[in-house]
Amino acid sequence: MDTENLLEIKELAVEVGGKEILHHVSLTVKAGETHVLFGPNGSGKTTLFMAIMGLPKYRVTRGSILFKGRDILGLSIDERARLGIGLALQKPPVVRGVKIKDIVATCMKGRASEEAVMRLAEKANMVEFLDREVNYGLSGGETKRSELLQLLAQEPELALLDEPESGVDLVNMALIGDLINELLHKEHPIRGRKHSGLIITHTGHILEYVRARTGYVLLDGRIVCEGDPLEILETIKRKGYEECRKCAM
Amino acid sequence: MRHVKKPDGFEEMAKAAANKPAAFGEDIDLNQFVHASEELPYEQELALLPEETKRQMLQVGVVPEGGDQRAGTFIQMDHSVVHSLVKQEGVEVMGIGQAVEKYDWLADYLWKAVAVDTDKYTAVVELGQSNGYFIRALPGSKVVYPVQACLYLSKARLAQKVHNIVIAEEDSELHIITGCTSAPRGEPGLHIGVSEFYVKRGARLTFTMIHNWTPEIAVRPRTGIIVEGDGVFISNYVILKPVHSLQMYPVARCTGENAIVRFHSILIATPGSSMDVGSKVLLEARGARGEIVSRAITTGGTITARGYIEGSAPDVKGHLECRGLILGGSGVIYAIPELKGTIPGVDLSHEAAVGKIAEEEIEYLMIRGLTRDEAIAAIVRGFLKAGIEGLPAELNAEVQRAIEASEKTLF
Ligand SMILES: Nc1ncnc2c1ncn2[C@@H]1O[C@H](COP(=O)(O)OP(=O)(O)OP(=O)(O)O)[C@@H](O)[C@H]1O
Ligand SMILES: [Mg+2]
Repeated sequence: MDTENLLEIKELAVEVGGKEILHHVSLTVKAGETHVLFGPNGSGKTTLFMAIMGLPKYRVTRGSILFKGRDILGLSIDERARLGIGLALQKPPVVRGVKIKDIVATCMKGRASEEAVMRLAEKANMVEFLDREVNYGLSGGETKRSELLQLLAQEPELALLDEPESGVDLVNMALIGDLINELLHKEHPIRGRKHSGLIITHTGHILEYVRARTGYVLLDGRIVCEGDPLEILETIKRKGYEECRKCAM
Repeated sequence: MRHVKKPDGFEEMAKAAANKPAAFGEDIDLNQFVHASEELPYEQELALLPEETKRQMLQVGVVPEGGDQRAGTFIQMDHSVVHSLVKQEGVEVMGIGQAVEKYDWLADYLWKAVAVDTDKYTAVVELGQSNGYFIRALPGSKVVYPVQACLYLSKARLAQKVHNIVIAEEDSELHIITGCTSAPRGEPGLHIGVSEFYVKRGARLTFTMIHNWTPEIAVRPRTGIIVEGDGVFISNYVILKPVHSLQMYPVARCTGENAIVRFHSILIATPGSSMDVGSKVLLEARGARGEIVSRAITTGGTITARGYIEGSAPDVKGHLECRGLILGGSGVIYAIPELKGTIPGVDLSHEAAVGKIAEEEIEYLMIRGLTRDEAIAAIVRGFLKAGIEGLPAELNAEVQRAIEASEKTLF
């Protein structure tokens, strides 16, 4: 087995509410790589992330997920988090009574200190929100920054970013790009870089800031295309997912 | 034992109400209890109290030793004032009997905020042996540290009867922390506490009450508050330990313009505990504001959480927020928020929510690496803390300690 494969998904099938949403999904992310996932609404992108993270509602019925060469299907959500998988949610829930600064400190574990939390918050332009309850009353773009702030605190080896740029204005887009690059250690040389990412995007705007190696198109629960992300984006823009559907046949 | 001397007229009203059941809560047979208690010795040095007693007091925020952070202390056991001390100028602390003798005018404050014939519990306080505290901030005095008061039920099967009067004179500022507790002995007992609060023009009074009973004790507080113009009354009520039966429904009247009342409460009902706790705010003058926030958790007990705000003057504003969490299988939370407006232009609102912790929230924190138990604990802690905002730092620390101590038994 190739231990450089940080994440290795094989022939995965996932059921939600008794219905099979993902059919046989396979993909591999090597250490240091960033991949992007395209696909129309409802195609199963979020489902794939939830299954990787281990949310019980997303039931794996076939196939395997290996992380750092280890089968993680039997692990709980928090065990997977502690192994090094981080997830920025598309629509995170409000948690009343828990403050953003508390959750950031929790994510930092042993490294937490008031200064450290403040430093990260400054980077994410979230200082004024630290005393807010998690996601309570945050705008769409603020929610995205809050998610990335938490992930930066967690320092996961694999970051699953579910639409990190949707609802973000043009100015903040650059900031989101910076935060993702930091999260993925993009300043490190490719050789020896450990941190990896899998990013879901509809518009591909994020690709103007973050370099990605491979793109996939997910359609009706199947990966129908794999290749250069910008090329895939171009095709979708020009011809829509209908073109991808042809490939699926 | 001195019987509190009160003006005529009340006795007859009380007699007429002697068998009148309360509007809410289990009807308690007063004949099951002993109504008189022996005189207990006055204690100059609180440090000399039995260790067990001191521990009980600490748990309800009353510091027997080192009361440097307290403006005064009042300790009543059963019906005896065992300690009463003032440490700061501008505040008076004494037994109600002594106060009635000292001040003729105090007669005007007895049974004004609470009607003597409210029910049989108020009646028996008038008719039987009783005691209580008199705490008063003089006009314009800002009492920095809280006055602490402890009402301790010691004698087995006793119906402890208390009548308190608190007056914050014009432009004064007063903080009170009252801890009510009983000997941890497993004997039945009944605590009936009448408390009348008078917040004069421009005064600010915060009242924090922590209850810590045992599963055999029944508790019937009867509280009335009158807030004059520009006055502020803030109540924080915390009960985290088992009780047999608790029913209370304090009523605050904003009688002066721009008066403000806030009730915050935190309730945890363990299996076997039955609680019926409400707060009522009557906004009777222009610009008055009222807020009721309650946080209720059941791990198996029954909680009825009531809230009532009535607006009958122009430009008043009231908000009621009642949230309940059901953590134990057999627990019940019944939330009853009520609003009544009698003229146009009142602004009254409420939100109420009862349920278990959303799985989605637990999972979200687990995604950040918390174990399931850690996630639940973090959510519950946040839930409870939201119930007590706006406390002075000193009292806040006291309540946080109480919550943290109770967490250990919750999970
Ligand atoms: N809890 C659920 N119960 C029932 N169906 C679900 C549930 N969660 C997801 N689904 C269904 O699974 C399919 C895939 O949903 P998913 O959220 O993975 O899509 P997506 O590709 O992320 O879409 P979008 O681009 O809109 O975010 C959808 O048809 C959705 O309705
Ligand atoms: Mg999605």
